[in-house]
Amino acid sequence: MTLFLEQVLNGLQLGVMLFLMAAGLTLIFGIMGIINLAHGSIYMIGAYAGTYVAMETGVYYAGIPAALAAAALTGSAMEFLVVRRLYKRDHLDQVLATFALILISNQAITLLFGRQPLFIGMPEALNSSVELLPGLFYSSYRLAIIAMGLLVALGLYLVINRTRIGMLVRAGSTNRDMVRALGVDIRLLYTIVFGLGALLAGLAGFMAGPILAVQVGMGEQILITTFVVVVIGGVGSIRGAFFASLIIGVFDTMLRAYLPGLLRQVMAGSEADALGAGLSSMGIYLLMALVLLIRPKGLFPAHS
Amino acid sequence: MSMKNIILAGALAAAVATPVLAQEPVKIGMITTLSGPAGYLGQDIRDGFQLAIDAEEGKLGGVPVELLVEDDNLKPGNGRQIADRFLNNEGVKLFTGIVFSNVAGATVPDIVDAGAFYISPNAAPSNFAGKECHENYFVVSWQNDSLHESAGQNATNLGFETAFVLAPNYQAGKDAISGFKRFFKGEIVGEVYTRLDQTDFAAEMAQIRDVAPDVVFQFHPGGLGIAFLRQYQQAGLLDMVPMVVAEPSMDAVILNAVGDAARGVNVSSHWNTDFENSANEAFVEAWKEAYDRPITYYASQGYDAARAIASALKATDGTLADADAFRDAMRQAAFESVRGEFSFGPNQHPVQNWFALKVVDGEDGKPTLETVGTVLENHGDAYAAECQL
Repeated sequence: MTLFLEQVLNGLQLGVMLFLMAAGLTLIFGIMGIINLAHGSIYMIGAYAGTYVAMETGVYYAGIPAALAAAALTGSAMEFLVVRRLYKRDHLDQVLATFALILISNQAITLLFGRQPLFIGMPEALNSSVELLPGLFYSSYRLAIIAMGLLVALGLYLVINRTRIGMLVRAGSTNRDMVRALGVDIRLLYTIVFGLGALLAGLAGFMAGPILAVQVGMGEQILITTFVVVVIGGVGSIRGAFFASLIIGVFDTMLRAYLPGLLRQVMAGSEADALGAGLSSMGIYLLMALVLLIRPKGLFPAHS
Repeated sequence: MSMKNIILAGALAAAVATPVLAQEPVKIGMITTLSGPAGYLGQDIRDGFQLAIDAEEGKLGGVPVELLVEDDNLKPGNGRQIADRFLNNEGVKLFTGIVFSNVAGATVPDIVDAGAFYISPNAAPSNFAGKECHENYFVVSWQNDSLHESAGQNATNLGFETAFVLAPNYQAGKDAISGFKRFFKGEIVGEVYTRLDQTDFAAEMAQIRDVAPDVVFQFHPGGLGIAFLRQYQQAGLLDMVPMVVAEPSMDAVILNAVGDAARGVNVSSHWNTDFENSANEAFVEAWKEAYDRPITYYASQGYDAARAIASALKATDGTLADADAFRDAMRQAAFESVRGEFSFGPNQHPVQNWFALKVVDGEDGKPTLETVGTVLENHGDAYAAECQL
């Protein structure tokens, strides 16, 4: 039972990381109609900037503003220099241009930091385990990530549902042309949305630093899963991104943890392990296909 | 043709004749991986090789050599193209350098079929060791399986009875686990194949803690391995369950990056910096003199490959034209390897000793690899019997 709960927590932690990425991606896709493959690069740049500053200063928390600043700066620069030219182009052009951004930022990071991954320890205060239930120990840092993710989700909910900007964002994701027709400065709105997405990606990248390796190409690893989340949740829907992230996070973790074991009940050990590994890496894509079959617009479509 | 022209032609021919020809450097084509996250592997092989050339001031075995280096970008197609260009445009007869088995698989057949030699400083897939072995193909490093066989033997020697094994779900990962199992005498209590793009191993850590095996064997190359080890420590498993790994999971660069999270890990290897033989001492000293970065075993393999080639060039005075003579000279392995005893088996793959290393605190307080014992003696590979040479 404690193992199961621990796996649920692992799933939640993966889920909130995905949410930080997916929230930005789904808004950019939903409101601006841009497929931004370079979202993973912003995640990587945030991770590098934050980790570098934290390592140089020796203060973990000094990395947070650095990561956010670098991510926001990169995001705005991308929007201003490249993405702005793509709004009217078709998706293939957008994919090509943002794919080029991936290559450019990966190469730039290699030039600046080399090919060796960067490492940063966990902050002192969180470098321990908490006993949540008798016998259930869980890393405080991972708990902090879950808490941070939920806080961001709550904050986003309030911003989107309670503020004027949020109203415009909602309107924009439902009917872009109408918002423009009503005289809203859609360009500014786009820049805000892109910057917000970049901030969240940078935060996610920095928080992942102490757990994963901060290395070139780290963004692409999470990007694919993030797209799955966006599709399952419904393009343009923050609520959808939130629930889909948690579902994917828990589903993926559970498959990895339990599928080989279940298969071993019905077939030989090594075959079960190999098949289980194969199926669990396919799992989230199968789930996506299933969701698209039943609800082609995702679980919580923004345009409903 | 006038008399004058004939004399001129004769003079020209004389000028080009033997003494000058002997000075013509032997071209060595190095196809290796210099870019991407794994770029440091090829870089170290190249620099180790160059170190042996520099030690003789541009010569190997007294014969002037010219090293041509090209980056294959870890793409088999690129490797083939480079080999083609070297063979046809540059007239290269001697190749080395490939880091990854998939590149070797696409490139080596072209090279040896064209009558040229390939001396592997790293990758040695099983097919080339067995049925598809070739008289012009030599491996100076190890056969791929031995890396993990030695880890299995190491776990057996250390007295562990239950093992939990993990590797990414791709060919090299599966080979690693089957190699480990071949020499591990205990029971496998958990076998997990992770995703090749997976960087968070929390679910696997929870499983390991639940099963509580005697030992964990894991093979995760490069950045994956670094993430795995750090999370292993973060999950508090480092002090609970010992770990054995093969050398690709714990080279000097990974050790540097992982730091404290590697303390106590058992590594099986064919080479280490602290080996006490004159060849190794000279190599380590020359490396420290020339480069300001840790020495990996890849560098030692590049160096050994160059020295093996040097021994054969010396025996044949650098004339690659007589392939049989060069091949015979290579087979002697008449060089002092930095790893100590070394010879070629019947399939021209190494027969060598494997050693147990352990990550301990170095003199400067940083974790370092220390040799603690021998794992396997005169170990060849399982495929030699299938090779008809």
